[in-house]
Amino acid sequence: MSVFINRDTRLLVQGITGRDGSFHAKQMLEYGTAVVAGVTPGKGGQQFEGKVPVFNTVAEAVTATRANASVIYVPAAFAASAIFEAADAGLPLIVCITEGVPVLDMTKVLPYVREKGARLLGPNCPGMISPGQSKVGIIPGNICKPGNIGVVSRSGTLTYEIIHQLSTNGYGQSSCVGIGGDPIIGTNFIDCLAAFEQDPDTRAVVMIGEIGGSDEQHAADFVKQKMKKPVVGFIAGQTAPPGRRMGHAGAIISGAGGTAADKMKAFEHAGISVMKRPADVVALLKSRL
Amino acid sequence: MNLHEYQARDILRRHGIPVPDSEVVTTAVAARAAAERLGGSVVVKAQVHAGGRGKAGGVKLARSPAEAGTVASQILGMTIKGLTVQKVLVAPAAEIASESYVGIIVDRETQRPVLMVSAAGGIDIEEVAAKTPERIHKLPIDPRYGLLAHQGLRLGFALYPDVAQARAAAAIMQQLTAAVYDVGASLAEINPLVTTPAGKVVALDAKIAIDDNELDRRPEIAALRDPAGEAPSEVRAREAGLTFIKLEGSVGCCVNGAGLAMATMDLVKYYGGDPANFLDIGGSSNPQKVVNALQIITSDPSVRSILFNIFGGITRCDDVANGIVQATAQFPLQVPMVIRLTGTNEREAVAILKKAGFAALTDMDEAVKQAVAAAKGAA
Repeated sequence: MSVFINRDTRLLVQGITGRDGSFHAKQMLEYGTAVVAGVTPGKGGQQFEGKVPVFNTVAEAVTATRANASVIYVPAAFAASAIFEAADAGLPLIVCITEGVPVLDMTKVLPYVREKGARLLGPNCPGMISPGQSKVGIIPGNICKPGNIGVVSRSGTLTYEIIHQLSTNGYGQSSCVGIGGDPIIGTNFIDCLAAFEQDPDTRAVVMIGEIGGSDEQHAADFVKQKMKKPVVGFIAGQTAPPGRRMGHAGAIISGAGGTAADKMKAFEHAGISVMKRPADVVALLKSRL
Repeated sequence: MNLHEYQARDILRRHGIPVPDSEVVTTAVAARAAAERLGGSVVVKAQVHAGGRGKAGGVKLARSPAEAGTVASQILGMTIKGLTVQKVLVAPAAEIASESYVGIIVDRETQRPVLMVSAAGGIDIEEVAAKTPERIHKLPIDPRYGLLAHQGLRLGFALYPDVAQARAAAAIMQQLTAAVYDVGASLAEINPLVTTPAGKVVALDAKIAIDDNELDRRPEIAALRDPAGEAPSEVRAREAGLTFIKLEGSVGCCVNGAGLAMATMDLVKYYGGDPANFLDIGGSSNPQKVVNALQIITSDPSVRSILFNIFGGITRCDDVANGIVQATAQFPLQVPMVIRLTGTNEREAVAILKKAGFAALTDMDEAVKQAVAAAKGAA
């Protein structure tokens, strides 16, 4: 088993004929993901790689192929519109890889996505992978191995680093989920932790956070109150300079929190084993399993 | 991207918010002339991207045009938090009956713009928020409807008992909400929002920050950028498509991805070194980006060693290797360099580097240890 995606995931790629979309659609096909449709307005009727039908609209693609998830690679200016379209077509899972999406666009997108009952992952995220079953996004498939460790992260390449540590030391993964580093995102740590807690094939979870905001602190509360499975955590940015001030409003809304030290303390308080460096993940997992 | 006060004032005016007339000038002579046009008694305010301008002596009152010229000559050219003042705003000195605060920030918790108001406005607003949070009223705005009239009026009454003033404040809050969406702001605040002795509600100072992701589709806002207000190395990095923040240490870091870049800096510290910078070369890094990155890192005289840490995903290790080879051919390195790369096209990258005489590591910890040792050895 796994979380969010598995062998039954039938994926649609929005922006499949673009530079990034076509490259990663090929990689996902090679990995074994069931890529069943592509969407690029004006290119309906074409075949991608000779086997994936391309449609003009998401609604047409869903009707024709029974796609049940979408991944978005369109340019930032069109990303919000692509998410609206996917949600409107009734897709229950939407993964937005695109980076640089204006945050005010996301304030409008999220209420709509929730009203439609869809789950959005991202934007500005690497997507996710359930090793050996399905890959949706850009996480390199070759560094992952099937297994029973769940990975959830706000980062991209740092996640790869930690997955790499896991795989080379004999810890395969049930699923790896990159939630994205933007201020407003569709799926947060708690959503993923809850899914891993429910997943019978996940034995432990690795959570990778960063400085800024308080998502990690909320996640720590959730771990303390709701989780039985062991969690190992990392916070990037222990030496980062304090972020630039966002006027008085930034201080009023968030107070002084959000530093790596605050987050690591919250983790420890919740019984999460805290890594000092990425390479610690293996020893800490061993001690908790 | 931060806007100057005078730019923020223009945006508020365009959205119908009452803001007193003002002029922006770059010389003392022009400040004097502006003060004459504005009625003689004025306030002269430094236009720099730094908070606490008043406390740093960058905001001064002048009773006459002549005095306006004198204080402008004091403020122009002064340095506030490392930034040289090149422009001052001249505005009529207002008589103030009360000071309030009105701000909107896009909030990650509620995932909405949140309107915050307080009757205790002015320069100590953060202290008010920390010590007496009940005096700050917060309202998440539903972006589908904007600020509704009754919501604005309720917050208006939180500022002023007088219905006319409460209505005026409510209108300003609605206009400010509209302005946030119009210009793509991540932050917009009026502090103080004042009442005059005649009972008018007026915005006396404004701060607006624009979400950088909005700039591509808003060229008129992007044109407001003032490169003089930023560190030169950071301007260069931005123009090269890199994210760069200068730090105090001696290990120059070049990494792909912000999270890994931060983790690399942390590891430098863990092994007893100090990072000289944060530098993220981004996702699809072509060789030219790597050349630009190396140029920026090596132009920092405090850099004693250079550390590359690349985990190839979208980023191809061979692109990075080619960039390193090109850059070092253009400007030979004066300090030792440690290269760690793994992931997409790692084997090609190692071959390219080997041909040019560079060794490459695959383990992050080992690379960081070597870079720290090299920085200490060269120091």
